[in-house]
Amino acid sequence: MSAASAPRTMLSGLLPLLGKRVASALLTLLLVSAVIFTVSGLLPGDAAQETLGQSATPEQVAALRHEIGLDRPALARYADWLAGMVRGDPGTSMVANMPVREIIAQRLPNSLMLAGFTALISVPLALAIGIASAVNRGGKLDRALNIMTLSMVAVPEFLVATLGVLVFSVKLLWLPSIALVSDTSTWGELIRSSTLPVLTLTVVVTAQMARMTRAAVADQLDRPYVEMAQLKGVRFSRVVLAHVMPNALGPIVNAVALSLSYLMGGAIIVETIFSFPGLASLMVNAVTSRDMPLLQACAMIFCTAYLLLVLTADVVAIMANPRLRAQ
Amino acid sequence: MSRWGGTLRALLRSGPLSGRIGLALVLFWFAAAVAGPWLAPHPVGAFVDRDVFGPMSARFWLGSDYLGRDVLSRLLWGARYTVLLALGAALLAGSCGTALALTAAVRGGWIDEALARAMDTLISIPSKIFALVLVAAFGSSLPLLLLISSVIYIPGNFRIARALATNLVGMDFVAVARARGEGAVHIALREVLPNMVQPLLADMGLRFVFIVLLLSGLSFLGLGVQPPYADLGSLVRENISGLTEGAPAIIMPALAIATLTVGANLLIDALGAGKGRR
Amino acid sequence: MTAPHIEVSGLTIEAGGRAIVNDVSFAIPRGQVTALIGESGSGKTTTALALMGHTRPGARISGGMIRIGDTRIDQLGEAGLTALRGRRVSYIAQSAAAAFNPSRTIMAQVIEPLLVHGLAGRKEAEVKAIALFRALALPSPESIGARYPHQLSGGQLQRLMAAMALITDPELVILDEPTTALDVTTQVDVLKLFKAAIAKSGASAIYVSHDLAVVAQMADRIAVLRYGVLHEEGPARTVLETPRDHYTRTLIAAARPVERPVAPETAGASAPLLSVEGVTAGYGAVRDGVPAVPVLRDVSFVLAPGATLGVIGESGSGKSTLARVIAGLLPRAEGSVHFGGVGLPAGLKGRSREQFRRVQLVFQNADTALNPAHSVATILSRPLAFYHGLKGAAARARVEELLDLIHLPRDIAGRPVRGLSGGQKQRINLARALAAGPDLLLCDEVTSALDTVVGAAILELIDDLRRRLGIATVFISHDISTVRAFCDQVLVLYGGRVVEQGSREGFASGRHHPYTRLLMDSVPEMHPGWLEHTGEGRAPALPGAPVGEELCRFLPRCPVAIAGRCDRTPAPLHRERDRQWLCHHDAAALAMKETV
Repeated sequence: MSAASAPRTMLSGLLPLLGKRVASALLTLLLVSAVIFTVSGLLPGDAAQETLGQSATPEQVAALRHEIGLDRPALARYADWLAGMVRGDPGTSMVANMPVREIIAQRLPNSLMLAGFTALISVPLALAIGIASAVNRGGKLDRALNIMTLSMVAVPEFLVATLGVLVFSVKLLWLPSIALVSDTSTWGELIRSSTLPVLTLTVVVTAQMARMTRAAVADQLDRPYVEMAQLKGVRFSRVVLAHVMPNALGPIVNAVALSLSYLMGGAIIVETIFSFPGLASLMVNAVTSRDMPLLQACAMIFCTAYLLLVLTADVVAIMANPRLRAQ
Repeated sequence: MSRWGGTLRALLRSGPLSGRIGLALVLFWFAAAVAGPWLAPHPVGAFVDRDVFGPMSARFWLGSDYLGRDVLSRLLWGARYTVLLALGAALLAGSCGTALALTAAVRGGWIDEALARAMDTLISIPSKIFALVLVAAFGSSLPLLLLISSVIYIPGNFRIARALATNLVGMDFVAVARARGEGAVHIALREVLPNMVQPLLADMGLRFVFIVLLLSGLSFLGLGVQPPYADLGSLVRENISGLTEGAPAIIMPALAIATLTVGANLLIDALGAGKGRR
Repeated sequence: MTAPHIEVSGLTIEAGGRAIVNDVSFAIPRGQVTALIGESGSGKTTTALALMGHTRPGARISGGMIRIGDTRIDQLGEAGLTALRGRRVSYIAQSAAAAFNPSRTIMAQVIEPLLVHGLAGRKEAEVKAIALFRALALPSPESIGARYPHQLSGGQLQRLMAAMALITDPELVILDEPTTALDVTTQVDVLKLFKAAIAKSGASAIYVSHDLAVVAQMADRIAVLRYGVLHEEGPARTVLETPRDHYTRTLIAAARPVERPVAPETAGASAPLLSVEGVTAGYGAVRDGVPAVPVLRDVSFVLAPGATLGVIGESGSGKSTLARVIAGLLPRAEGSVHFGGVGLPAGLKGRSREQFRRVQLVFQNADTALNPAHSVATILSRPLAFYHGLKGAAARARVEELLDLIHLPRDIAGRPVRGLSGGQKQRINLARALAAGPDLLLCDEVTSALDTVVGAAILELIDDLRRRLGIATVFISHDISTVRAFCDQVLVLYGGRVVEQGSREGFASGRHHPYTRLLMDSVPEMHPGWLEHTGEGRAPALPGAPVGEELCRFLPRCPVAIAGRCDRTPAPLHRERDRQWLCHHDAAALAMKETV
């Protein structure tokens, strides 16, 4: 193989691999949808009976069952439901009596904004902490950061949130304790009202991400090629940047993706505490009111987001690894 | 098992301070979970203070709550639900995940592939999201909460246990056992499992922490432990209106959860580090 | 008299409060090669790395003087060391596969020493690298730099690492077991190239090795280390021919396999214990009796009760696979295996407990072959209970007998295997197989993970026990001299095919398959000067010859291949009374090739 033909072979080796990953992610998503539909649509019993209450006559129940299609076979109902999801039309909210799509359309931008701000702060912060920890491993800084991040990952979100409210809203009166986000908010208001939710999420996510980054970098630092580079007279800073980082990139991106996926779970508590009008608090409402179509749609959005993150990390890891890139 | 004990002894002798603090915190909360009801100074549901959100005092060490009940007593009772539910769920998740992982690793073939695919699917549903769906579908009685939180954490345990077991199954001593004519059960339980105990216990510890956080989170949202029972998360929720006054009734249960989970994390980290040093 | 180029005196290195190198002193005249020789734990690598001012985590240089030219290494700070490493002193590691960064191209890594020390620009550096690639006989020197480590073979990487070490024209090169991970036939080429390259560069060198015969070829001086203490140091020939130190003599003795008597000729009268016929095996889906990835092709041999068969081959030859196929761990795709006159099922399924008992495997690496969670007694009792139903006191008594048999103290029974030494573990590994009371022992490279002296003792033990207990043995090894000294029959595998087999006497006839010839010529001999004279004119006769599943597998490397024959038709099998070989050359032609 000559050097000139390398790029072409690289690409042709890469495409089937990437295709396989995408197909695998799609299959997983399909299986996830089956699990969610089974758990929330089939197992809980008769939605019609529940909607109408105990006093309803059997005829009324049967009529409603027919109307919402509960009398059809499970597989057909799943197929319809799935087709609706794919089309972007997950049905009608039983509680709000409006299309689920519209409810979600109001909330989704807020959630994305919350996640975006949090990622913007937490990713650089976590990488800095993780890498600093790893290159000083065994040192004082590493041990201090270890105890700090170890404690932070174990602290419940609501403790961070309540302490934040207590300090910044109750004692210092700097920030509102409740997020009031509406279409008319100015950017200033938006930032002020999102500050506490973003800070809370940042605390929780950063610690996790920093720990995984540290592990990824430290793992590479123990490899023989690092010793070899030092024995070649390469300065340690260059060893880290030129030798360790290209190898740690895949695992680091993976760490970032997994931690960011945690944002979704963390957001549930944080959005609720601060009455932040996002997707997660919407989902909690759907649970409380047993609004299944809304619940299912929210769950599918979160799962899709998770799979997208993991898939992205996978692709980056493949691109960064010459062994996978040029098989 | 003796190795685990040995590591604990080494931790007590020469381990880092953080590990010993962690051990103390964990032991404290486990003791509280077992003996709490006998130690509680007041009945758990009794309205004993005319004041609500009373401050810490000689009579009410941790103040009183939004209905004038003794916070310390409620905390001791709440710890019992938090600790025991999470412990039960972690043990259940750990044993189910490990049993499935051993089956997958030792049998291999399509059984392995099917199990791995199923677990990959479940792990793709973020834990809190999955919890919400399950609670919405089935409700949240105490046994259901135990089941739900263990089901959610089985795939994670399975993944780790399977990686460990697959690695071990590839070792020569397993090949020797196979060539000796040993059956799958002997290989799984006598050759493979004993080498997984320590990392699995560490994993179960981490899962215990996750489950405590998950259950408290659910209770905090009002979707977890339901009245008349109350775990630590429920205590935070019911006293949320005391937040503006900074009442101990809301701070203390939240701190209780944090000390339990942080303690457990510090302990597991110190035990793992001790193993790495040797 | 001028001061020697390099001088080490009173060097002491501590780790965990213990001296792992203790008061070591030696000197190297300019342009000479000093070998540091010793077994694992001797401190030879630690000593060598100290010359770069480097210690592994947990260790530190606690005393002594190290001088290279005018520079006191022991007095240099971190910045001074960084400026020295890779420029004046360079290092060639044991495993090039691990020492190269998997994410960077070869060229980027090879020229890095020049760039970080500001000795050359990129263009100039690349030109120099390509010249070195050519000098080290690397294939396509112009473009090999664009490749990544995983795309190259171990022998190529090792040579590329030499290019990386020599590119700055250092005054001292440290070679740390640079050929230990290579096959013996590859080793010869790499050694020759290294020797020439170092001589040409004029650098002094330290050659770290456990292999006396290799050292005899490479070194001007030899220093023998044991447990961090220097036992003997002097000119290579003196140390090898008239060693003063007792330990040096032990090392030299262990490196020379002792010829053992052939088993008394019982064959002919008795039926064969094991007969393997036309066995093909490998991995992946089987189609028409051939797996997707075939490892063994059409292997046949017969083994008499109590006899010993040596199986030789390099890595990838399928020699370990053969043991796994007989044991049933890897089901064969085609062919048959008869044991005691009865056909053995291909896999584990369907074999009787008695069949399992009579065939026992001993693996190469006792660290992974013994379950670390169990005690010695547990490991040895299991086959006793499983096959013989022995329990309680009877089992304990038998465990003690077994420990006596392998010369280990009885009180070792209660200990976990984790704490045992490599040699002790390998004895337990053997005892577990013996506990079954087998008729056939499959020994897979049982000494290759051990130090020479320990390995020789294990070999002695196996030979003694199999004779006393009348156990037939299949002895798998990459070391042809051990096999020839140890076994009644020899079988040579190349690329999954049996290229030659015969009795020990037949094997001594001197006429061999070209691959066997290459293998025998590649085993370094203990006298200096062997390297210069071995395997001259060994270049492939048909460079770029086709590789076909049916054609001779050795064709691309064969120095005596016949154009129009070897590259067209499969090699025929020749048989004589006590030997057979797979080649286009007949006995007369092979005999002629020997004399060339």
